[in-house]
Parts: sequence; structure tokens; C-alpha cells
Amino acid sequence: MGLIEKSRIKSPWILHFDNSSCNGCDIEILACLTPLYDVERFGMVNMGNPKHADVLLITGPVNRRTARVLKNLYAQVPDPKIVIAVGTCASSGGVFHNCYNVLGGVDKVIPVDVYIPGCAARPEAIIDGVVLALQKLASLRGDKK
Amino acid sequence: MAARTTVPFGPQHPVLPEPIQLKITYEDEKVVEVVPAIGYGHRGIEKACELNEYTKNIYLCERICGICSYIHSVSVVEVTEKLWPVELPPRVKYLRTIWAEMSRTHSHLLWLGLLADAFGFESMFLQFWRIRERVLDLLEMTTGQRVIQSVNVVGGVRRDISPEQKKTCIETLNTVRKESEALIKVLTKDYTVKSRTIGKGVLTKEQALQLGCAGPTLRGSGVREDARLTKYDAYGELNYEPVVEEAGDSYARALVRARELFQAIDLQLEALAKLPEGEIAVRVRGNPPANEDVMRTEAPRGELFYYAKGNGTRNLERLKVRTPTFANIPSLLVMLPGCELADVPVIVLSIDPCISCTER
Ligand code: SF4
Repeated sequence: MGLIEKSRIKSPWILHFDNSSCNGCDIEILACLTPLYDVERFGMVNMGNPKHADVLLITGPVNRRTARVLKNLYAQVPDPKIVIAVGTCASSGGVFHNCYNVLGGVDKVIPVDVYIPGCAARPEAIIDGVVLALQKLASLRGDKK
Repeated sequence: MAARTTVPFGPQHPVLPEPIQLKITYEDEKVVEVVPAIGYGHRGIEKACELNEYTKNIYLCERICGICSYIHSVSVVEVTEKLWPVELPPRVKYLRTIWAEMSRTHSHLLWLGLLADAFGFESMFLQFWRIRERVLDLLEMTTGQRVIQSVNVVGGVRRDISPEQKKTCIETLNTVRKESEALIKVLTKDYTVKSRTIGKGVLTKEQALQLGCAGPTLRGSGVREDARLTKYDAYGELNYEPVVEEAGDSYARALVRARELFQAIDLQLEALAKLPEGEIAVRVRGNPPANEDVMRTEAPRGELFYYAKGNGTRNLERLKVRTPTFANIPSLLVMLPGCELADVPVIVLSIDPCISCTER
């Protein structure tokens, strides 16, 4: 494993994007960064720039307007990348399933690797999901060689 | 003439956790024009509320916004109750008040943290959020969930606060007050904070009234206006007086929220002390009658307005929501022009925008 691969897995950079969520999951993601849960001890850093990110954390159902933004962001994240859908509504549309502007879960638009259930997803569940995603990221690297 | 540049701010931006776009035109470093583009967060909740049974609306409306979710659930439940109308037991009114103030406490702590982060005071951001976790623990203990409480039903609440829980609440709230006092001192005394906020993003009293602002944005401009003055729930029996600041700048809005934080703690302690005994729910029979009514409540960001119309079936004929941020976004068009590029994030944050509320 080269240095870049190793640092990618030991210190993944995260990009958070909110489709049209209710904020419940977003504040839980922020809560993950704060002293009680402190994901930085796993090397995770929240980034604002898609071009630096390894992991895309997506909250909220996809609607007709954010679908384009989401595709655009996904295209900007360099390979190998992992997409995590945080919360029930990002996974399937959840409580918003019959709203007219909602297309459904994130997987309607871009491929998703890990689904984190919960409405709102608890910080423990989010950390668990990201750790699962990292295992997948490690295996993706193996495939390419 | 200096060259003009238009910079899109959002929909995905590090200081904004939510999708809103502001197209900002600069002349050198000065902002000359702001055009907000909204619609990224629109889901169509109001329409879905007509398709769902009225009991299910509570769970949908709570998810209009995850930060003020409790106030949304109080509003939708109480506007539906008004259609019969349902007479609530006093304990329910107090419990709803306590939880509403608890969610205001966590919302204001969250906002103060984000404000600190916008200046680059990262450790203060983390400290505010550390205190906030205590409030979330209380919410989890008393209602069963950290963020989306789902504790209201038409006719009452689903959980009670036991005497032991009451004791823990009082202890924790006192700790929260002590810890926040220490941090807020930094906020009110620090030179950097003052130079970044005082005189920035000024909204005069007349402008605030003309633009129809709400909540701390309005009270920060010297207007004594608060939906809690309508004495819904238990507010009529508590010692309550709105917090008003005169200056109308970002600093005044921060002070309003800081003082409201302590006020919310006082209100909770007072309500806990006065908590009457009794039922926590009454039975509500039948469908919402053909009737219409409105409900005004005070969310952490300002006044929340609900309108409901029943038609005797299990579904409401119409549910309309007007949220505080919708009223406050126009004020950005007055505050931003003339400010510096670097002040934009702080000023945008100073109205505490909640986009998922606005667009539903
Ligand atoms: S899963 Fe629930 S809490 Fe999370 S964003 Fe969706 S509606 Fe909000």
C-alpha cells in the first residue's frame, strides 16, 4: 500500500452535502465533530471542497432541483470515492416519499455505498457507517492493483 | 469605475450547512448587490400534508426542520386541536412549554457555536457544542429522541417527566447556565468578536418592521414583538418578557440570542417548579370538523405561523406554514450591500437562516 492509499484510509476527508433534508441529520453530522463524539480521532476531517474529498456524506432526499447539483458534486470528487447516504430520507425518501418534488433516495441519482438508517441517524450510527465505508474504500484500492 | 464581479455563494458552501444560493455582486471588496436564489430545499410538504391523515402530519411537519422540530410539532398539533377545539390538561401545556424552551436552548447554543466558527474561533465552537450535548441528553431522557422528538399527539403528549427526571433536568440546566456564562463572557468582551460584528449588517427599526422580520432579527432592531406574548401554552402563567436590543447590528442579534438562552433556562426552571399534576393526554374523537384556525408560536428563529382547514374527513383540506426565515431573508438584501466580502458569512449567519424551514 502506497503512502497516498494509506493516508486516504487512515485520514479520510469528508464532504457533506445537504440535498433537501430537514437538518436533523446535518446537525448530527456536526455533532460527530464535536468533543463528545470527536471523529477527528479517526482522522476524519470535514472539508468544504469536493476536489479534496474522499467520502461524500449526503443527507436528505433528492429533489428535482438538487439532483443536478448532486451529480455535479459527485463528478468533482476524485476516484476512488465512497458515497454514504445518511438518514432514512437519504436512503429511500423516508417520510417525504409522497412529496411531489421529491425523487426519492440518493441512489436514484448517484451510486451509494453505505446506507445509514435512522431519523435522525444517531452520531454513533454515522461513525459506524463511515468506518464501514473505509473498509470498502480499502478493498476498492485492492481491486485496482 | 471599479470592476464588478459576481460570485455565487452556495448552494454547497462550507459555512452554510444548507442549500441556498446567494448571487453576490462585488465592486472590489464591497458588496453592491445580492440576489438570493431559493428552491433547493423544496420538497412539497404542505401538499403532502393534505394527502396524509391528520395524525400523520405531526411526523411530517416535525421534519420540516430538524433544529426547531419541536416547535413545528407543537404548532401543527395545536392548530389541529383548535379545530374541535380540544381543551388541554394543564400539565400538557407545561410539558410542551418545557420542551419548547429546551429546544430553544439547544438551538441558540448551536447558533452561538456556528457564529464562533464563522469568526474562526474553532475551540469556542466546540465548547458551545459540548454544552449543547447536555441539553440533547435531557431531551433524549425525557422524550426518547435527541433531535426529532415525536412526543406530541393531538390531545396531549406521549411521555411524562418523572420526579427523578425533573431533578436531573434542574441540575443539568444549572450546569448549562454556569458553563454558558463563562463562554458568553468571551463573546461579549472579546475585541475580535466586537470588531467583526459591531456596526456590521445594520437593520434599522423601520426597515425591520417594513420588511416584516421576525424573532431575534426583529428584536435585535429594538422591536418588542414575540409570539409568546399571545400567551399560548403556559407562557401566560410564567414570568416572561421579550429580550430586546436596540442597535440592530450583528452584535445586537448575537446578544439577543445569548440573553434568550439564559431566559429559556429560567423559563424551564420556573415551569418545572410549577409543573401541575394531572393527565398527559385527553381522548380526541372523530375527524377534524369542517372549521379553520390559525396558530402563532415562537420558534427559536422567530414567529411561526400555521393555518389549518378541516372538512370533516381524516385529511385536512389545507395546511399552510409560514416560517421565520422566510420573513428574514429579505432583510439580507438590506444588510449585505455595502459590507466587505469577508463579513458576508457572519452577516448571513446573523439572521440564523434555516433553509429547510423556508422552502419546506
Ligand atoms: S432522515 Fe429524518 S432527521 Fe434525517 S434529514 Fe431525513 S427527515 Fe431529517
